[in-house]
Amino acid sequence: MTALLTLPVLGPLVAAALCLVFRRLNVQRAISFASLTVAAGCAVAVFVNVWGDGEVRVARMGGWPGSFAITFVADRLSAVMLLVALAAVTLVLIYAIGQRAPDERSSFYHPVYMVMSAGIAQALLAGDLFNLFVAFEILLMASYVLLTLEGTNEQIRAGTTYVVLNILESLVLLVAIGLVFAATGTVNMAELPERLAELPDGVRTSLHLFLLIAFGIKAAVFPLFFWLPDSYPTAPSSVSAVFAGLLTKIGVYCMIRTQTLLFPGEASDLIVVVGILTMVIGIIGAVSHQNMKRILSFHIISQIGYMVFGLGIGGEAAIAATVFFLVHQIPVKTSLFLVEGIVSRDQGSSSLKEVSGLARRSPWLAVLFLLPALSLAGLPPFPGFLAKFSLVRAGLDAEHYVGVAIAITVSLFTLVSMVKIWVAAFWGEAKPSSVGQPDAVATVGLLRHHRLMATSTAVMVVGIVMLAVVAGPFFQFVTDAALQLLDPASYVSAVRSS
Amino acid sequence: MNFRPSAILDELVDRWLSKVAVLVAVYVTFRGHNAPGGGFAGGLVVGGVFVLQFLTGREPHIRHRPIRRPTLLLGFGLLVALVTTVIPLVVDASPLESHIWKLNVPFIGEVKVVSSMFFDLGVFFVVVAVVLMVLLSLGARGESLVGDDGVGAS
Repeated sequence: MTALLTLPVLGPLVAAALCLVFRRLNVQRAISFASLTVAAGCAVAVFVNVWGDGEVRVARMGGWPGSFAITFVADRLSAVMLLVALAAVTLVLIYAIGQRAPDERSSFYHPVYMVMSAGIAQALLAGDLFNLFVAFEILLMASYVLLTLEGTNEQIRAGTTYVVLNILESLVLLVAIGLVFAATGTVNMAELPERLAELPDGVRTSLHLFLLIAFGIKAAVFPLFFWLPDSYPTAPSSVSAVFAGLLTKIGVYCMIRTQTLLFPGEASDLIVVVGILTMVIGIIGAVSHQNMKRILSFHIISQIGYMVFGLGIGGEAAIAATVFFLVHQIPVKTSLFLVEGIVSRDQGSSSLKEVSGLARRSPWLAVLFLLPALSLAGLPPFPGFLAKFSLVRAGLDAEHYVGVAIAITVSLFTLVSMVKIWVAAFWGEAKPSSVGQPDAVATVGLLRHHRLMATSTAVMVVGIVMLAVVAGPFFQFVTDAALQLLDPASYVSAVRSS
Repeated sequence: MNFRPSAILDELVDRWLSKVAVLVAVYVTFRGHNAPGGGFAGGLVVGGVFVLQFLTGREPHIRHRPIRRPTLLLGFGLLVALVTTVIPLVVDASPLESHIWKLNVPFIGEVKVVSSMFFDLGVFFVVVAVVLMVLLSLGARGESLVGDDGVGAS
């Protein structure tokens, strides 16, 4: 078990080191792909193990006892997140190799991408707050490089905002962890719950707010969201797909941990309000923009709002819905950005004013866009519908009528803005491709120029559909995950006794 | 770089201080297991030598010496550290767990070698490489590092 839990982090790091030593592009590609396959394989094994009996799996580094070691912990939530995250990272790597964008051909792309994957895995497995901070730093450092690797003016400008905001976030997080340590004498997540419970209310609340602000910046919740739609669209599509699909979700994951393990159910009204405002502000941005990537970036924010709203409601049903939402958002968001990448590579732009007639050029591309888009909007029978439906039902049970009404309205506008993309980009007159043959206006053949990109996007979309197919057992799984989250004592005793 | 070399500083730094500093760095690195020091501190001392060379008005020697590509050194250091981390998994211990060998070296006596020393050496190389990369990209001729690795061509 120790190997299974640590290899998702160590494997990509070893690959990063090897990629720095070997500079041949094809060698780097092989190394990256191999290590992510190993990491994803370990994640599958961890998931299967945890799915079986639901027990919390623990690995300690260095053979040190208890809270002295770097602890990796996998409960149901971590296991499923790790699996989905590593699968997404692997598919995006294949896509990036197929895209052959200038940034991927830089000899720094692969090492940095590997470091980011390791950081993502570590953040999901971290068993103490400081380890979590280190994981955040690892993935943030790598994301700074990935965001600005092409070095265009636009990227540097947006990268500056991104770097400043995230350094601020790191600082807040570090201060928060320092204060937690000063108040309790530990940063181990299995020891914190009972030590935090002994603190005076004022101290608890301020520690809680510090952590929420730090994770809130990362998750791009209202009012700390503004950096996201500014910086993500400037990155190459494969990079913004990972950022969109994973980095904000890790912020939400940490918020879930904070709300269930460290400060169970506290400040939930605040979180509900923040969630609702995040939904609304995100959808307003999405409706008002005309560029595919910007629209999708604002959608990230509004969807984060749903998760935060669910987290604020609390209780078994709402947390289960939140976890379901979180897991399903990763492939949905990633695949939408991947489709956008194919569009902008083929047409040279993803502005809705310049792109049209894609459905005529390539019905398959239209399908690849439509399925995740409908899932994002929450239409049956897609998993997005199940996520939203269970969230709304939990909201009604908890008598959050206003929030539920807003959530449904926002959902409607999500559909509106997806239809906007559909009408502008996929209907209408077909335009010639900017790559391949000049006469490529032919009815078929857009994806023929982008086989690898199309395949990895298709695998991800199939994953979304599969999530709908296995929705029954999977919903049972997330309900179990929610029960596990709502019982911090089981987490604590499992980590301590291991 | 068209700085005019300053003869006295140049002489001092290159002839004397560099060698002493490297010795100090080796000492600092190896005492790291039980006393203050270690790979990070040792790497910084060596990095300091390169910074001093740079401050005397010349490009650091690296361009003409074995370490022309700091990324290679970075990768090598990282690899050494990570291999030390992963090897315990093979023998069914937890990652980063260290093993202690006691060797009898003639004339010196018993020497304690800890496997985490290799981790420290890896860190040492990483730190040196990072200092070199900073110097090369921010200090001397920025484009030489950039050109070498093919980034920022656009």
